[in-house]
Amino acid sequence: MYAQMVKTASDGVKSREDMSPEEAAFQAKIDADIKIEPRDWMPEDYRRTLIRQIGQHAHSEVVGQLPEGNWITRAPTLERKMILLAKVQDEAGHGLYLYSAAETLGVSRDEMVEMLHAGKMKYSSIFNYPTLNWADIGAVGWLVDGAAIINQVALQRTSYGPYSRAMIRICKEESFHARQGYSAIMKMAFGTPEQKRMAQHAVNRLWFPALMMFGPSDKDSVHSEQSMAWKIKIKTNDELRQQFVDQTVPQILYLGLELPDPNIKWNEERGHYDFSDPDWSEFFNVLKGNGPCNTDRMKDRVGAWEDGEWVRDGLMAHARKKQARKDAAKIAAE
Amino acid sequence: MSNETTPSRSEWPLWEVFIRGQHGMSHRHVGSLHAPDAEMAIKNARDVYTRRNEGVSIWVVEAKHIAATAPGEKGPFFEPSESKVYRHPTFFDIPDEVGHM
Ligand SMILES: [Fe+2]
Ligand SMILES: [Fe+2]
Repeated sequence: MYAQMVKTASDGVKSREDMSPEEAAFQAKIDADIKIEPRDWMPEDYRRTLIRQIGQHAHSEVVGQLPEGNWITRAPTLERKMILLAKVQDEAGHGLYLYSAAETLGVSRDEMVEMLHAGKMKYSSIFNYPTLNWADIGAVGWLVDGAAIINQVALQRTSYGPYSRAMIRICKEESFHARQGYSAIMKMAFGTPEQKRMAQHAVNRLWFPALMMFGPSDKDSVHSEQSMAWKIKIKTNDELRQQFVDQTVPQILYLGLELPDPNIKWNEERGHYDFSDPDWSEFFNVLKGNGPCNTDRMKDRVGAWEDGEWVRDGLMAHARKKQARKDAAKIAAE
Repeated sequence: MSNETTPSRSEWPLWEVFIRGQHGMSHRHVGSLHAPDAEMAIKNARDVYTRRNEGVSIWVVEAKHIAATAPGEKGPFFEPSESKVYRHPTFFDIPDEVGHM
């Protein structure tokens, strides 16, 4: 998902007998759906895993602005430009909410940003794919934010209070994202034959990368058990992926587009759509840094960070100077 | 609310943001942000936390100035109110004949 393949800092789920009294009390709270708050006792592994997961989620929100930002100046109408601008601005906010949640665990935002830039933290594989034309922007809102919503709705129930609250706030803003995307792709799919062709290509190209957002198949997902016991993962990768497919197939059919996978078929017995697995070797390769846009994305992120440094420093220096002047005036007046 | 983190070099300080909505009774904590000073913190809070008319008033306070109860004291600290059921109106049985009270 926005946090895929988060390595759980633990060697498997402990039995109650192996837990210290503190840890047993902590787990009992989680089992009773009582939120863990920043200053509560928590196992070091829980804290470290959460920093990784929330940090990766935050980075995804921020890096995710790049493929869409690419189209702000080229949106087909002024209204679409304003909508896309608002959507991308929301994503910056999502990054902030999540960085703030991670900061309550004792890591600073700048530290996380620097870890991302040093390649020590990741962001979602989906943002390493290009947005080649306007139909892609519609498909991103509809499919990518659609997939994100499925994950984030589940995470509203996560055990860590600040993370849960960030998810609730984010979910309130997400349906605008999905709906503006679907409305853009509807225009294309119901437009000229050329527009419809672009919409079809966008769906074809983004379908499997969107499926990959939920992370590897459960049988290859080594980190799930502990994360589920801690309730920082609520549903398995395959459950979430199935939910996404079931929700999205009728939406593709409504557009009059062809399904992007010939194996998509309703399975009466399961009550779900069958579908093909994405090419997992491609997924692991993109995660390793070899996707079509990994290099560009990091270049843009690092560039923005470095080019903005003088502004950050300048504003801080100005604030200190102003404060010093205020303090001096106060002393003089006393 | 966020814990105080060690400020690295020129990292902007952390602010907690409180917002009162149109029909809200009081300011509520909505989240945190980084800003060089109070004025910028308020502007950033507007941009991040009131994009959909969530507020008509914003308070910001630097996170390091917030004092809070300790999580470990939760039981004993709030205990005094637990044994005082008579503070609630439903403690008293008033006959129906008396009418609304
Ligand atoms: Fe988002
Ligand atoms: Fe979104």
